[in-house]
Amino acid sequence: MGKAELPLHAPGTQVDRGYIGQSVPRANAQRLLQGRGSFTDDLRFPRLAHAVFFRSPYAHANVKRLEFKQALRAPGVIGVFDGRAVAEYCTPWVAVLAHLKGIKSPPQHAIAIERACWQGEAVAVVVAETRSQAEDAVALIEAEWEELPAVVDMDEALAGKTVIHPELGDNVCFKREHDTGGVDEAFAQADVVVEETYHFGRHTGVCLEGRAILADYNAAEHSLTVYHATQAPHMMQDIFSRHLNIPEGNVRVIAKDVGGSFGIKVHVYADEMATAALSVMLRRPVKFVADRLESFVSDIHAREHKVKVRLACTRAGEILAFDLDDLTAIGPYSVYPRTSGIEGNQVVNLTGGPYKHQKYRARMNVVFTNKNVTCQYRAVGHPIAVALTEGIVDRAAAELKIDPGEFRRRNLIPDDAYPYTFPSGIKFEKLSHHQTLDKLLDLMDYKSLRSQQADLIKKGSYRGIGLAAMIEVTNPSPAFYGVGGARISAQDGATLRLEPTGMVTVLCSVTEQGQGTDAIFGQIAASAVGVTIDKVRVITGDTGVTPYGGGTWASRGAGIGGEAVLLAGRALRSNILDIAAAVLKMDKAELDLVGNEVVNRLTAEPKMPLAELGRIAYFRPDTLPLDFQSELTVTRHYTPRQYGFTFTNGIQASYVEVDPDTGFVKLLKHWCVEDCGTVINPMLVDEQIRGGVVQGIGAALYEECLYGPDGQLLNGNMADYLVPMAGEMPDIVCAHIETPTQQSQLGAKGVGEAGTAGAPGAVMNAINDALAPLGARVTQMPFTPERILAALGKVAR
Amino acid sequence: MEHELETTLTVNGTTLRRRIEARQHLVDFLREELGLTGSHIGCEHGVCGACTVRVDGEIVRGCLMLAVQANGCQVETIEGLSDSGELAALQKAFHERNALQCGFCTPGMLMAARDLQVRNPKASRDQIRAHLAGNYCRCTGYQAIIDAVEDVLHGKS
Repeated sequence: MGKAELPLHAPGTQVDRGYIGQSVPRANAQRLLQGRGSFTDDLRFPRLAHAVFFRSPYAHANVKRLEFKQALRAPGVIGVFDGRAVAEYCTPWVAVLAHLKGIKSPPQHAIAIERACWQGEAVAVVVAETRSQAEDAVALIEAEWEELPAVVDMDEALAGKTVIHPELGDNVCFKREHDTGGVDEAFAQADVVVEETYHFGRHTGVCLEGRAILADYNAAEHSLTVYHATQAPHMMQDIFSRHLNIPEGNVRVIAKDVGGSFGIKVHVYADEMATAALSVMLRRPVKFVADRLESFVSDIHAREHKVKVRLACTRAGEILAFDLDDLTAIGPYSVYPRTSGIEGNQVVNLTGGPYKHQKYRARMNVVFTNKNVTCQYRAVGHPIAVALTEGIVDRAAAELKIDPGEFRRRNLIPDDAYPYTFPSGIKFEKLSHHQTLDKLLDLMDYKSLRSQQADLIKKGSYRGIGLAAMIEVTNPSPAFYGVGGARISAQDGATLRLEPTGMVTVLCSVTEQGQGTDAIFGQIAASAVGVTIDKVRVITGDTGVTPYGGGTWASRGAGIGGEAVLLAGRALRSNILDIAAAVLKMDKAELDLVGNEVVNRLTAEPKMPLAELGRIAYFRPDTLPLDFQSELTVTRHYTPRQYGFTFTNGIQASYVEVDPDTGFVKLLKHWCVEDCGTVINPMLVDEQIRGGVVQGIGAALYEECLYGPDGQLLNGNMADYLVPMAGEMPDIVCAHIETPTQQSQLGAKGVGEAGTAGAPGAVMNAINDALAPLGARVTQMPFTPERILAALGKVAR
Repeated sequence: MEHELETTLTVNGTTLRRRIEARQHLVDFLREELGLTGSHIGCEHGVCGACTVRVDGEIVRGCLMLAVQANGCQVETIEGLSDSGELAALQKAFHERNALQCGFCTPGMLMAARDLQVRNPKASRDQIRAHLAGNYCRCTGYQAIIDAVEDVLHGKS
């Protein structure tokens, strides 16, 4: 008879789940709270030179002549270079992906050669001993320009009277059509058809820390170390290697503290590539930090869309079909290496996403314009898809005089319908729309809020309630980028090492920009290994030390990186118990690891502190059996592969009051019920949602990059471009449904983008609910007082 | 360099005498000349509050004040107020509430919060929101920051 199967964990001991599900404060917040973090601009190097760019004042112009004589004579100047000089060291790129069929874009250089295609595109650079010297010298560059016609309007771009890149034939970067068939029949049979066109303003990330890079080339080793405020160090390592022609093994990318990212810092920027090239050219460290004014004209923008949507519905309130036509403009280049076709693609994928209709047709055009480039920014495409879906759903509900909550209940995909294939082709593993709806209506006390609203209207106070159900892409598989040929890893890895003192060091390829990545990896590692959380140190953001991986984007850190940490933690625990068994001469199955101690699994009796095990394993391995080698460093990787994406779901509600005399919107309260699977740290998850909601509120009410007809950005500074500030923001109530993904053992889905995805739609519906008794409706974001007053007929449109 | 002025100022308790370029902002002086990189630069025109420091007991925007204007002044930064323990209660509450994500706005936010704590220790939640409305945070959505300050002012932390 063999030994009886022992239970996995001793009764009463908390193992594995341990810290998972607890609101543990972030260890790495301490340095930031004392101003002792190290952001890229905080680094000091010997012989550090500073790059400042000379940028085009025109949206579209030929550079006839550049004169550097005066600039070169300015104090502290090390060099002044144009695009041709930098191109000797850095090859251009073309941002297309094979799975976005037909996508096209011209080659883009680190510094534009001969022609600038947007206001703010760099055409020269000064390198000097200090930033102020470089700025002084930039003012001495003389340029002769030949202005070209600027394509600013999306419809004009599509019409193509002026083609920005004649060699491409037209201004269409990418188009997609999708049709399940049967759409026209569904509309013909429908009792109710509603149609509306929504406009989404172009806005940008406004990370408080500007983009920052410090490139340090070592000529003796032909090696490049890049300190970079980036979300994806391994992706950038590959790109620096290929475009600067330095072997990948000689390139190391280090992301120290990063001051906000939100997708802004996951792209290849021409000025950053130029900075790296300059370090090679000049054989010394070179730094570039975008100041606020150049951030507005060079950080990626996002979301300039005009979308016409139609919805077909039965009298009983059953949605039959969606029909979509999206036009979006991306500036003069598709952004490398992710392309600028993804946002529109997501709108096609996600529109109508929470609902059970079977017929769907979409047409989408992505066009070039002479404005700053756009690309993936937090919640990519979702805010558009959610807002237009939820806006038109509310229209249908109003037409049928059905309560918006009830209308959604009739149409949301049932909670027992999974796995489910949506008419756009995307697949859902398991969602919980009805549970989240029920919880939301309960949480906000929907019925009393409705009666409060009705009472207040009698007193001339116009309040509105808006709902927005949503689905979100998280934990992307290689289907997102890898299949299209991008060298962007969908896989992540974690290395866990037991130190002699009993400390556990975690090295993970996912990066931290404040989300709390390091903290949750600490929680997972401590839980999986069986140590207290104070015994764990987490290192991320260094291609020289972590396993290879994708980094942080598309809500993938917790679900993918977290799973790698969990798997590595379990493997390390097993290896530790192998050593304990050898030292204690006991069967491994009788042992467990709890609270930094090896214990008897059944009795929980302490057998050996982990620090003692570490001492023996590292310093007295001579006392271990001859045929035994301890392995106290383990690495595990994880890639989601069963589904293209692990979709999450949620629903938000906004409660607002609109002042019909001023057009001002007061945000009274906001709710979000989200299902991101296993909640690892409830406090951090809620903070992701709250921060995301406020970014979405910014899109709904304040933020827009306004361009003049000549392609000049009119409000490119923080005084004129409005962002949400503490005074106007509401309190945000969060709650959760937990439907863990079955693809991983951790069960975590992503949560970083949910707030931003749903908030604009919820706020829009709330405003329109408030305006309904006044016979007004708004569909153009941001909903400024001016636009609301125009809708009310109080000012001219 | 021309346009330099002999300037004497006290930074975090240490008195310094330097020739400072007249055009240099206080925050650039603190960061570039003294290596006090805890004060951050976010917008350089007084909107975001990331560079907030304290000069003679008043919070100021380090990007709107020239370093030479601090001649004869007491300048205090996040580093100094951390070491003196003056911010300890706020820092603890910020940590427990996760009232920061990337941490770039945090030094300025703490400076503004401390200013409120000194001037109006019984401030209401709305007054806290109003007082911090000049400090931009892109990450948190502000609620945790307001909660943390409220915890300190109302004795929950």
